[in-house]
Amino acid sequence: MKRKTGVLMGRLMRNIMRSPDTIITVAITPIMLLLLFVYVFGGAIETGTDNYVNYLLPGILLITIASGVAYTSLRLFTDVKSGLMARFITMPIKRSSVLWAHVLTSLVSNALTLVMVFLVALIMGFRSNADMVDWIAIVGILGLFTLALTWLAIIPGLTAQSMEGATAYSYPLIFLPFISSAFVPTDTMPKAVRVFAENQPVTSIVNSIRALMYEGTVGNGIWTALAWCVGIMVLAYLIASKVFQRQLG
Amino acid sequence: MNNTAITVKGLKKSFKDKQVLKGVEFEVKRGEIFALLGSNGAGKTTAINILSTLMKPDGGKVSICGFDVQREPDNVRQAISLTGQFAALDGMQTGRENMIMIARLRGVSNPAQVTDNLLAKFNLTEAANQRADKYSGGMKRRLDIAMSLIGTPAVIFLDEPTTGLDPEARMEVWDKVKELADNGTTILLTTQYLEEAEQLADRLAILHGGKIITTGTLNELKEMFPPVKVEYIEKQPTLEEIFLTIIGKKEEK
Repeated sequence: MKRKTGVLMGRLMRNIMRSPDTIITVAITPIMLLLLFVYVFGGAIETGTDNYVNYLLPGILLITIASGVAYTSLRLFTDVKSGLMARFITMPIKRSSVLWAHVLTSLVSNALTLVMVFLVALIMGFRSNADMVDWIAIVGILGLFTLALTWLAIIPGLTAQSMEGATAYSYPLIFLPFISSAFVPTDTMPKAVRVFAENQPVTSIVNSIRALMYEGTVGNGIWTALAWCVGIMVLAYLIASKVFQRQLG
Repeated sequence: MNNTAITVKGLKKSFKDKQVLKGVEFEVKRGEIFALLGSNGAGKTTAINILSTLMKPDGGKVSICGFDVQREPDNVRQAISLTGQFAALDGMQTGRENMIMIARLRGVSNPAQVTDNLLAKFNLTEAANQRADKYSGGMKRRLDIAMSLIGTPAVIFLDEPTTGLDPEARMEVWDKVKELADNGTTILLTTQYLEEAEQLADRLAILHGGKIITTGTLNELKEMFPPVKVEYIEKQPTLEEIFLTIIGKKEEK
C-alpha cells in the first residue's frame, strides 16, 4: 500500500511542481496580509509587544494553511470529474491510498508554502528565542492543524458539483483567524465577539504557538488547542471516509 | 475455468425512486467483443459501473472471470480495466508519465518497457513526452485505452469509447479495439451508435426500459426481421464517406 500511495503522491507533487503558481498563489495572500498589518495597520494596533511581526506570525501561518487546503479540494474535485478517480479505484490497489496520497501531498505542499511565508517574516524582523524542542512542537501543531483542515477539505473535494463549490468552504476558514487573538488581543473586543473569539479553535492554537515561540512553554491553552485539532481531524476523517464509501456504492 | 468471462443475472439498480436497471441478464464469452446498445439514459453506464465495482447493485448477481463483484471485488479489479466515458488522464503529465504511473499502480515488473511497447502500438511514441492535455481528442482516447491495457487485464470495459470523436479518430479506435479482441481480451463496450456495434461486436444486447430486450449475433438479430427484399435504389454517399474521401485526398497530396 505504501508504494502505491507513493506513486499517487509522486504524481500529485509533480503536478504541483509543474504549476508553481499554486504554491506562490497560496503564499501571496498571507504575505500580503503580513505586509499590510505590519506596515499599514500595525502602528495603530496595541498588542503590548514592540515586535508586531512576532505577534502576527502564528495567525498568518494558520491562514496560510487554511488557504492551502483549498487546493486539496480542487485537486480531488478534478480527479473525480476527470474520471481518474474511477480509474484508480477500479484498479487492484487499496482504495484508501487514493485519499492518503492527497492528504500527504497537502502536508508537503503546505510545508513548502509555510517556509516561504516564514522566510518573508524573518526578513521583516521576526525573531524568536525558541529552542529545538519548541520548534519541533510548533511544527507538530502546524502539522496537526494541516491534517485536520486537509481531511475537512476532502469532503467538498469529493462531493462538490462545481469548482467554486469545491473551494468556497475555505473562505470562512481563512476568515476565522481575524476573529481570534491572531491579529489583536481579544480583550478589546465587545463581549459577544470576545466570547466567540476566545472559544474558537484558532485562538488556542495561536496562543500555544506564541507561547512556544517566545516564552519557551506550551502555555495553558495547549490541551484546548490539541483537542480542537484532533477533534476536527477525527470528525472530518470519519465524514470523509463515509462520503468516499457512499460515493462508491 | 469455464468459457464465460461475464455473467449478469437479475441485475437491479435504482437511484432514489427511479429504477434504472430492472433485472438485466446477459453473458459474455471469453475473448469476445460484446456491445451493450441503448439510447442515452438507458442505464448502460450504470451497468458498467456495477460490473467494474464502482457501484453496488441493489439486487442480482454479477461475476467477472468467476469472481463475484460484491464478495470478491479485489479479484475482480485484478481481472478488469475500466475505460470510462471521458478519457481519464492526468493532463499535467505526459503520455509516458501517465502510462508509467498506471504500470506502477498495477505492479507490473517492467513499467518502462510495457509503456514503450504500448505507446508504439497506439501510435503515440512521437507524442509520448508531450503533456496529455495538449493531445487531440483521438490521441487522448488512444492513450486512455492504452492505459487500460497495462497489466493485460482479462476483461476491458469500454464505456462509449468513440463518443465525441471525429470519424477518423473513431476508426483508429475501432482498429485498436479489434486488435485487442484478436489477442484474446474480452471486451464489453457500450455505445449508442448502431454502426459501432455493427463494426465491432461479435454479439450484442439491446438495453431498453431497464431490461435486455434482445441479445444475439448481428446475423441472429437480422433474422428476426422479415426476409431481405431486393430493391434498386440510387445510393447517395453518406456525409461521413464524403468527409473521409476529401481528407484522404488532401493527405495524398
